Amino acid sequence: METKNKIRVLIAKPGLDGHDKGAKIVALALRDAGMEVIYSGLHQTLDQIMQTATQEAVDVIGLSIMSGAHLPISEKLIAMMKEQGLFDVNLTVGGVIPFQDIPKLKEMGVAQVFPGGTSFEDIVTGMNKLFE
Amino acid sequence: MPEIKDILLGSQIAGARMIRLIEDNDPVAFEMLKRLYPHAGNAFIIGITGSPGVGKSTLIDALITQFRTLDMKVAVIAVDPTSPFSGGAILGDRLRMQRHAADKKVFIRSMASRGQKGGLSRATKDAVVVLDAMGYEIIIIETVGAGQAEFDIASLAHSIGIVTIPGTGDGIQAIKAGILETGDIFIVNKSDKPDADASCHQLDMMIDMRKPSETNWTARVLKTIAQNQTGVKELADVFLSHFDFMKKNNLIDLKKKEMEKSYFNSLLKDLTLEKLLLFMKESEDCKKAEKKISAGVIDPLSAAELVVNKICVFESND
Ligand code: B12
Ligand SMILES: Nc1nc2c(ncn2[C@@H]2O[C@H](COP(=O)(O)OP(=O)(O)OP(=O)(O)O)[C@@H](O)[C@H]2O)c(=O)[nH]1
Ligand SMILES: [Mg+2]
Repeated sequence: METKNKIRVLIAKPGLDGHDKGAKIVALALRDAGMEVIYSGLHQTLDQIMQTATQEAVDVIGLSIMSGAHLPISEKLIAMMKEQGLFDVNLTVGGVIPFQDIPKLKEMGVAQVFPGGTSFEDIVTGMNKLFE
Repeated sequence: MPEIKDILLGSQIAGARMIRLIEDNDPVAFEMLKRLYPHAGNAFIIGITGSPGVGKSTLIDALITQFRTLDMKVAVIAVDPTSPFSGGAILGDRLRMQRHAADKKVFIRSMASRGQKGGLSRATKDAVVVLDAMGYEIIIIETVGAGQAEFDIASLAHSIGIVTIPGTGDGIQAIKAGILETGDIFIVNKSDKPDADASCHQLDMMIDMRKPSETNWTARVLKTIAQNQTGVKELADVFLSHFDFMKKNNLIDLKKKEMEKSYFNSLLKDLTLEKLLLFMKESEDCKKAEKKISAGVIDPLSAAELVVNKICVFESND
């Protein structure tokens, strides 16, 4: 009963990118910070990600992208989120993200970007900040 | 905020948000549930339980496929444990149920046990009500079999499948711990491994030793290989024939009464506790007691006893 408003996060790896180490350890770090993490594994299509986010009623979608395709993937997903009514869900992106791309992602509507090397502490703080 | 009418029309986004409100114990959820409740009661609810790693999620994935060939709408609630240290959870059951992502007649929801003993909480029951009202014909609940909780799976499901794996060890040993009595169907999964037949035989013997059930349903034992659908058609058929059996013998009504009674009891406990605690905490007696404790004038044991005895003075209404 005391467990009100837990943050629920979907961690997903879109496309064919097989680097899952980062996604897995971030999932553990978020769990250890008290969040409920749905880990949906590798090779997710954007439709799958949308459906999981909808059915699981998550607060955050966290994409882990190492393939370099973060810009088109994020843009497409944001459009789908708008179209399908996930207005109150935050999109965050981690992985191999060049610094010059961060403003572009933010402008699209990505709530937080966590490029390689971000500490767990900063990731947890960044996630929590979305709900202050 | 989800709308009742959208939930009743089966909107996944509305249903999912409703379940979220329930989990977060939002006061709105209770009022909405009251309105959904009359629309529930049509689904066939299956509980799948068993030790960690025996293949419950993979098996449910296969069962979904099978029920979908019969064009039945299927929902799943998969419960995973909450970490007692952080309060967080990794919900990984869904990872094994990816095949149905494009299918609009399948709904899968992961749930953390949030500290409930036995891994099932009232939220699970409430969520079943929502999915039932949304029109899902089959609702499957996955839980780690800990048994003996207040909300044990028997008070939630019409039919209970207990999953084990071949080998004399763990699987069957775990069943002995207390859930044997509640199983309707025993599943020896991973029967691609050696000794599956021996495990089936052992289970058959155990079932023979059970005291005859009051419903006269004879528990069944089946072998499956969840990954490649082997034995899963038969399993789905046995679940459905159990449902038919219950219908023909008026057991559905009986079960419904049993389920409602346990739902009522758990609601009674939750609501009473919530109200009473709030009342107590705001009382002068309680505040005084807290001060006395921190001043070292009284010990916590005596203080709690004093406050409860003073506030809880009951007279029967009869
Ligand atoms: C280890 C590694 C591999 C391993 C992967 C093992 C595994 N299962 O993960 C192996 C050897 C298999 C591999 C293979 C390949 N790799 Co590689 N690999 C790396 C390497 C060296 C480290 C990645 C890593 O695990 N880092 C450690 C983790 C903890 O960091 P991280 O994932 O970045 O996560 C952090 C943040 O990004 C953030 N984060 C990440 N995800 C998320 C998600 C959320 C929700 C949040 C909040 C935060 C968050 O949090 C983490 C902590 O800070 C990188 C180099 C690099 N600098 O990243 C190259 C790299 C990613 N690989 C690369 C390439 C090209 C490949 C291959 C295509 C090589 C080839 N030609 O075969 C293959 C492709 C494999 C495939 N199927 O996709 C390139 C990608 C180039 C690009 N983006 O343009 C990189 C960048 C190397 C390079 N400089 O060229 N690789
Ligand atoms: N050999 C074999 N492996 C199987 C079979 N069914 C499932 N598995 C594997 O067993 C492992 C565990 O499967 P899950 O479905 O996650 O098991 P679970 O009981 O849901 O696990 P928890 O939810 O963690 O308790 C996975 O690696 C599956 O691929 C089977 O019939 N044969
Ligand atoms: Mg599982």
